[in-house]
Amino acid sequence: MTILELRAVHRVHGAGQTAVHALRGVTLTVGAGELLAVMGASGSGKSTLLNLAGGLDRPTEGDVVVNGTVLGGCSRRGLAALRRQRIGYVFQDLNLLSSLTAAENVALPLELDGMKVRTARRLAQEALCEMDLEGYGPRFPDEMSGGQQQRVAIARALVGQRRLMLADEPTGALDSQTGEAVLRLLRSKVDSGAAVVLVTHEARHAAWADRVVFLRDGLIVDTSGPMDQPEELLTTPGGAE
Amino acid sequence: MYGYQLRATFEESTGGTWPLNIGQVYTTLSRLERDELVRPLAESGTGQLPYEITDSGRAELAMWFATPLSHGDRPRDELAIKLALALSTPGVDVSVVVQAQRAATIRKMQEYTRLKYSTDRPADLAWKLVVDAMVFQAEAEVRWLDHCEASLLRHSSPPMPKKTPGSAHEAENEAGREATR
Repeated sequence: MTILELRAVHRVHGAGQTAVHALRGVTLTVGAGELLAVMGASGSGKSTLLNLAGGLDRPTEGDVVVNGTVLGGCSRRGLAALRRQRIGYVFQDLNLLSSLTAAENVALPLELDGMKVRTARRLAQEALCEMDLEGYGPRFPDEMSGGQQQRVAIARALVGQRRLMLADEPTGALDSQTGEAVLRLLRSKVDSGAAVVLVTHEARHAAWADRVVFLRDGLIVDTSGPMDQPEELLTTPGGAE
Repeated sequence: MYGYQLRATFEESTGGTWPLNIGQVYTTLSRLERDELVRPLAESGTGQLPYEITDSGRAELAMWFATPLSHGDRPRDELAIKLALALSTPGVDVSVVVQAQRAATIRKMQEYTRLKYSTDRPADLAWKLVVDAMVFQAEAEVRWLDHCEASLLRHSSPPMPKKTPGSAHEAENEAGREATR
């Protein structure tokens, strides 16, 4: 089932001679249970793509579709509701509100959407447990490590009905082992049905994806999917010798 | 331990990532015996010839573990040579060569990562470290390719135009991320 679709999306900042073409006709889909990584040099359009996918920006041309809803056809209020209900975001830092506990942070989008506090907190606790954070609900962000905070952010991004997560270098500030632990949990959420778009500079992080798309000057120039027969990898000269 | 046992132990330790030819094992044992680093024991009833390590062999092994590997002995790096030749060969788009290699290398990394993630041997640290070594080596290649691409862009780009309001936001976003990295 397709969760996110970009149809021939263009984004131009400015006009005339000073116009900057951030995206030039990008088409892609991300399905349930799929992790898509987006790689590219600085200025290639990665952040623009993520902002458009999350309804934080509007395309100059083309359509962005989330869960079958064309974002361009939504009112401002409708778009805000869709963002709260369907889309989660995780960034490198500044993810959590420091004055709220982990459970309150995770429950926040549900409560903002009108859900009863008790129900929202129960779903938040469940989401935290799925991120191996059972018992961390009452803790404030500054009482948690960077890796734990990012796992809270992922729990919030995918709490309740949300099935689309947009992540911008979510493990960029973490050490190698902690980053891998976070990606492993993220991968398990994808395997249980979430759709994730991961923007990253790090090939080692992109390697957790099912597909990697490469952006250059606002265009997708290449896509890397998995091999058909991965077991061959370890016996080929390029893999093991 | 005899040849087949040595091979099985080696392959188990390295998770089968470096398959050995049995002929290669016996040739190596012969050389080690010549250099008095191992010595043969009595042939077993089933005709197998076991070896044991000598004191000199233990000292050599300790030295090997204690000495960093030299990369000076590595064969020529074909990829570096390929890119260097691509730069000086008319009609070759170096950025296409770079991207083709990057996509292939990341695809390998995807498979290594999948192997690591899907393994049912969570306690097998030796195997995990071997796969990690492959991931990090591949990552180093991708980082070098990124560096090559940036260098190509710098050498082929006209002077930077003045920043526009439209481009400033994106540039600031990217610069902020670079700064925090």
